[in-house]
This record gives sequence, C-alpha cells and structure tokens, in this order.
Amino acid sequence: MSRNANNTKDDTHTIAVLVENKFGVLAKVASLFSARGYNIDSLCVGVTQDPSVSRITLVTRGDAKVLEQIRKHLSKLIDTFKVMDMGETDSVEREMILIKISAPKAARPEIFQIIDVFRGRVVDVSTDTITVEVTGDEGKIHAILNLLQPFGIKEIARTGKVALTRGAKTLKGAKN
Amino acid sequence: MAVATKAKSQTAKQPTKLKPQKISGAEIVYRSLEREGVKYVFGHPGAILLTVLDLFLKRSKIKHLLIRHEQCAAHMAEGYARASGEVGVCLTTSGPGATNLITGITDAYMDSIPIVCFTGQVATSMVGNDAFQEADIVGMTRTITKHNYLVKSTDDLAETIQEAFYIARTGRPGPVLVDLPKDVLLGDGDYQLPEKVDLRGYKPTTKGHPRQIQRVAEAIEKSKQPLLYVGGGAIHAEAHPEIVKLAETAEIPVTYTLLGAGAFPSAHELSLGMLGMHGTAYANYATMECDLLIAVGARFDDRVTGKVSEFATRAKIIHIDIDPTAIGKNKTADIPVVGDARQVLVEVNKLIKPQERPLWKKRIQNLRTEYPLTFDSPEGAPIKPQEAIVALSEEVGDKAIITTEVGQHQMWAAQFYNFTFPRQFISSGGLGTMGFGFPAAIGVALARPDKLAIDIAGDGSFQMVMQEIATAVQYDIPVKVFLLNNATLGMVRQWQDLFMDRRFSEVDFESSPDYVKLAEAFGASGRRIVDKDDIRPAIQEMINTPGPFILDVIVDPDELVFPMVPAGGATKDMIVRDSRKKILQGKLSALPDN
Ligand SMILES: Cc1ncc(C[n+]2csc(CCOP(=O)(O)OP(=O)(O)O)c2C)c(N)n1
Ligand SMILES: [Mg+2]
Repeated sequence: MSRNANNTKDDTHTIAVLVENKFGVLAKVASLFSARGYNIDSLCVGVTQDPSVSRITLVTRGDAKVLEQIRKHLSKLIDTFKVMDMGETDSVEREMILIKISAPKAARPEIFQIIDVFRGRVVDVSTDTITVEVTGDEGKIHAILNLLQPFGIKEIARTGKVALTRGAKTLKGAKN
Repeated sequence: MAVATKAKSQTAKQPTKLKPQKISGAEIVYRSLEREGVKYVFGHPGAILLTVLDLFLKRSKIKHLLIRHEQCAAHMAEGYARASGEVGVCLTTSGPGATNLITGITDAYMDSIPIVCFTGQVATSMVGNDAFQEADIVGMTRTITKHNYLVKSTDDLAETIQEAFYIARTGRPGPVLVDLPKDVLLGDGDYQLPEKVDLRGYKPTTKGHPRQIQRVAEAIEKSKQPLLYVGGGAIHAEAHPEIVKLAETAEIPVTYTLLGAGAFPSAHELSLGMLGMHGTAYANYATMECDLLIAVGARFDDRVTGKVSEFATRAKIIHIDIDPTAIGKNKTADIPVVGDARQVLVEVNKLIKPQERPLWKKRIQNLRTEYPLTFDSPEGAPIKPQEAIVALSEEVGDKAIITTEVGQHQMWAAQFYNFTFPRQFISSGGLGTMGFGFPAAIGVALARPDKLAIDIAGDGSFQMVMQEIATAVQYDIPVKVFLLNNATLGMVRQWQDLFMDRRFSEVDFESSPDYVKLAEAFGASGRRIVDKDDIRPAIQEMINTPGPFILDVIVDPDELVFPMVPAGGATKDMIVRDSRKKILQGKLSALPDN
C-alpha cells in the first residue's frame, strides 16, 4: 500500500472523485480498479458538505494512457459525477498517520523532540509506548517515519491522502 | 403473503399524473414494465417471485414466457433486444436463478446490449446471513453490468426501475440488474416518478464536437485511400443510412466487424465484408494499405486488429464512439469524436463533397480478385458447411434474421451469408458464448414476427441449450435451427489442426444425439441431410414446416475457416487459402508506395 517517497513519483496520481453518497458506490469504484488491473495505493472516502455527495480521493499509478483510461472509466460509472487529477491544478494534499512507538523512559526526550519538530501530537501514552498523530504531505510523513524507526515502530495506521485545490476553485460542476 | 392491490384503471401512459398512492412492490414492478412498453418477460420462477408471477396470470398486457434455463432467458432477452433495439427483460429467482443469468449478462455487457434483469432476493433482514438461496448477485455482477441495484425499500422501486431502463437503453447500451428482496416485493410503496430521468452522474455525450466533425470531413477529403471500419455501435445507433451515404458520396470502401455485419449491405460494390481474424483477405489487406481508417462504433478488439501495433500502420485513425473509454484504449486515435454514431455522421455528411477514388477502387478490386473468399466442393465429398450457408442465403435471403452459435459455423455464416439490412445478423461477439444463438433466435422470433428466425448452429453449441426446444414448442415459436453438424468442436479442432500437428484432443463427439428424434421428442420437427443435392429442398421443407424445426446438416469435420490471422499475429501473417487448397502464408503482392 504505502510507497517509498524516494521512488520516482512521476506516474503517481492523486485523483478526486465526487460520487453519490449511496450504498455500494465505493464497491463499484474498487471493483473497477480490480477488474481492469489498475493499482490503488490509497483510497480515502468521506461525505462532503452536501450530504448526498461523497468524495473519494485515491492515489493510483500508471502511464499517461492508463491514467486516461482510469479517469474515463471513473467518469463512466453512473454514480460518479466529477473526476479530477489533482496533479493538474495547484492543490494541497494531506495525509494523517498514527504511529505507536516503543518509548522506554530514557528515549522519551528524544522522541518528544522529533514529534515537536514535525508538529505531531501525542494522543496516547502507556508505560512502554507513545502514540503520535502527524499530518502532512507524503514527504513529511516519510521523514518522521524514518526518524522514529530506530526507536521501534510497533504499529501504524494511515488515512491515505486527501486533497483540495488551492484558491477559490472547487470540484463542483459537470463530469469531465 | 400479501395480495396485490386491485388494479386501478388509470392509463399507464400518464404515470406522472398519478397521485401518490401506496401499492405493493409486485404491482409496482408490473406497472413499471407496462410503462416501459415491455411486451415479453423471459423468466423462470421461484418462491420469492410469487406475487409478481400472480400478476401475469391476472393481466394480459405483458406476456411472461417460462424459459427452461435462466442463461437462455438472458440470451432470449438479448436476442429480442438485438433484433428490435428495444430493451429485453428477464425475471428470475434468487440464488441459483440469479447466478444462472451471469453468462447471459456478461454476453450483453460485452456486446453493449440493452437488457434489464430482475432477480428475486431474500428479505432485506436476511441479506448477508447466507440465507437459503441467497447469492450476492449485485456483488457478482458489478463488473458485468452497466449498472446494478439492490432495492432496499418499496418506495424506491418505481424510480429505480425507471432508471434501470433509461440506463440500459441510452448512451452505450448495456445490461442493468435490479435485485428485488422479498419484503420489497411484498411491502407497499409509492408509485411516483419524476417527469424524466435526470442523473447528475450520467449524461452521455451524443452530439459530436463541431471542431472534431470538421476535422473528420477534412481528413476524408484529403485522404487517397480511406476505409470505413464499422462495428456494432453503428447498429445500436441506427447509423446505417448515414454510413451508406458517406461511403457512396465520398467513395469509401467499407469493412465491418462481426457485430457490424448488416450495417452495410454485404453485396454492395463498396463492401469488403468482415475484417479480422477470419475476415476476408481483401478487407484485411485494405486495412494495411489504407491511409485513413474511419472507425464507427467499433473498439479495435484483438480479434479484429491482431497484433495491434501492426494494425493499420499507414493510416490516420478517426474514432467515432459514444463511449469515451473505447477511444484510445487499444489504438490511439488521431481524430477522436465522442458521440452517437448516427448524429455524428449526419453532421459529417453535411460537410462531405462527392469524391471519386478510381485508383483506390481499382486496388481494392485487384485484392478482391487476387484473394477471393472461396471454398472447394468436390463432387461426391461431404457437404461443405460454406455451401450450405450459401444455399441458405440464396433460398431465404432477406426474409430471415440469422443468429449463430460460436465456432466455425459462426465465422462461415458471417463470411458467406448475404446480409442486406441492420440487425439481420445476431451473434455473440465479445464473449463468444456457445449456446447463445438458439435462445437468441427465440427472442428474435418474438421481436420480429415478420421475419424468419434462423439459428445457424454448431452441434457443440446447440447441445448446451437444446432444452429450449421445449420453450419454442410450448409457445409455438417458429424458430429454425440450421445445424452444421460436424460432430466436433470444430473451431477448437481447427486450432489443433493448424497449431498442434493435428493432435485432436477432447474435441470430437463420439456420441451425439439423433437431432431429428430429439426434435420429435420435444414435439418439434426435423430432418437430416448428408447429400449436397438435398440442401435446397431441405431448406424449403424447413421454412415451410410450421413451428420449430431442426435441419441437421451433416458436414465435413475437416473443413477449416480461412483466411485466418493467427491469434496475436499481424495482418501480414494471415493464412490465405487459394482455390487449389494451398495455404499461402503471408503472401501479399507488393504494397503500392503511397
Ligand atoms: C461456453 C463456451 N465454452 C467454450 C468455448 C470455446 N469454444 C469456442 S468455439 C468452440 C467449438 C464450438 O463447436 P460447435 O458449436 O460444434 O461449432 P463448430 O466450430 O463445430 O462449427 C469452443 C469449445 C466457448 N466459446 N464458449
Ligand atoms: Mg461442431
């Protein structure tokens, strides 16, 4: 699922899709990807300000031809009504990660320092572990994971990417 | 069990005027079908459907036919849709009734055929519990339907069915499945519909972009050697008059796919017949030589292109299709046009000036005489399947609508029958489903009672669906089976013949039914022929005998379909057989330089 940020990112695309907030729509999107052999690196879904609309943000890979097919096929689904490659406009992309780190007393000051630098938030502490929440783009998340690695990462959970265009522009409007 | 509410007497034609009222789910299903203009429902019952079935007993507007196997119900709906252009409808029970539909639905999906399949489902409270005869048919058919629905409340039912029909028949047509839980059918709900279906996520582009249409016209004018390549989409769009007009005005030869057969008259002087793996040599060579390929409602399928990187390499590609995903999928289009094939060609034709292309026409004529579509029929040899088809074509011609099964006989039918009108040739293209043709012919017979429905069948395929003779007999449907009986799975045998040193493994039938007795056992009629001289009289007997008929034509099992472009090979690797039965591999007279 997750990708090493050092890999070439040329063929990685973040696609936002507005869909009907209905039973089975997510399954249709996921089935499309598996049936046609497209990759999904991450997928994130939630309802929008309009309760009848959900927004799916997915990260996928492929050359220009594959990407074109992915976009067209997503548009073709009856329950989707807007598809956009977020890379084509200026956009902000964020992902949230929860990281559970082994944190013996002695190591804690250093861990807290790293968390501080990355503006992470400690959300849980036990005798042996600390759980931290970090939000950022892929590079930032990759960096903090690298730095925390030596302390022993026990478990992580990532949300997958969400993205919005910068400025006043939104995704509303007709399909394509 | 709920009793269907009394039929109210308002006309079904003005559904929007109906005041909101609660009626049973079963009643909503029936009224919705009526409203959509459905005449036939191809079905097989189950306990979940009792309330719906009861309505077919009480009312007479819609005829429900009791089909012997659900797969065939789907193929019949397809045959009905393919012959009429109207939506075909099936109704089956949950679990096995639903799963038996899957091959038919997939077939309709691959060939873009508008059908709506209703399946019973266990009650919503039981869904997910592995209840008796529960199957997640919505999950299973997600990637083989254009769209599908699990209806969760009786109040949603009417609108869902309206949407289902709308989606099936508009845009690029396709199958839609509506899963009907038992409680949704039993409960009461609103029968209230919007003026018209308006789905924000579904707005097919039908009008071509004017700039693209301009470019198409310019490219045609500039081209020296254009070629029209017509697929099934042209038939769905009823684009055939525009294709004839374009071809004749700008003098453009026409080749068609298996599904495009009928969109352009086979015997027209500009017709090159079918292209592709078993297309005519001259059509295939024309694709190599053309400088402009105009694809209309075709999708550059691998059975058409062979090795796609070597397909039509000299040509600029125009691709007209209503489905944007079809464009650029297999072959990059130089001039893509998204839109309805007929609407686009109407606009193109407004811009086209009469043109003459004597050199190109001459070249095509030469290819035609150099590589004719032929077969041998030595005196005293067994009946050749090709000559049987030629005889059938000459005897019944445009009085018939032809369906086929899948195999050698299918290719020979496409090659040798003389098609004169659209929807005259009905065959399983994308999925290649053995067992399609016979049930499809039953659907055809119902859709077009003015024509003779004939299934040009292979014996292997027919054995998969022959129980439907019972259906044809029960409803007195005069469907004819023209069985090219080679006692083998001929097409697979052909590949073993050509590519496996004639090691024939698991293809020959060491036991076959007596098809005449079989017909009789079902209450139909039949005849067997082995001599060439009997072909035409037997055809006359077949068409003059009322009711279903099987004509068992014993043919040469060693006959092979040529030309043949080996799978994955390029057009230039085509195996052509000349009239002396010599196989000429890749022999092609020098290409002209331009
Ligand atoms: C349902 C199904 N199973 C298997 C195949 C593979 N297949 C393609 S053609 C063919 C042989 C068809 O035999 P028959 O119907 O007798 O036609 P013939 O080639 O002999 O004319 C087979 C097995 C298929 N297309 N469909
Ligand atoms: Mg056979």
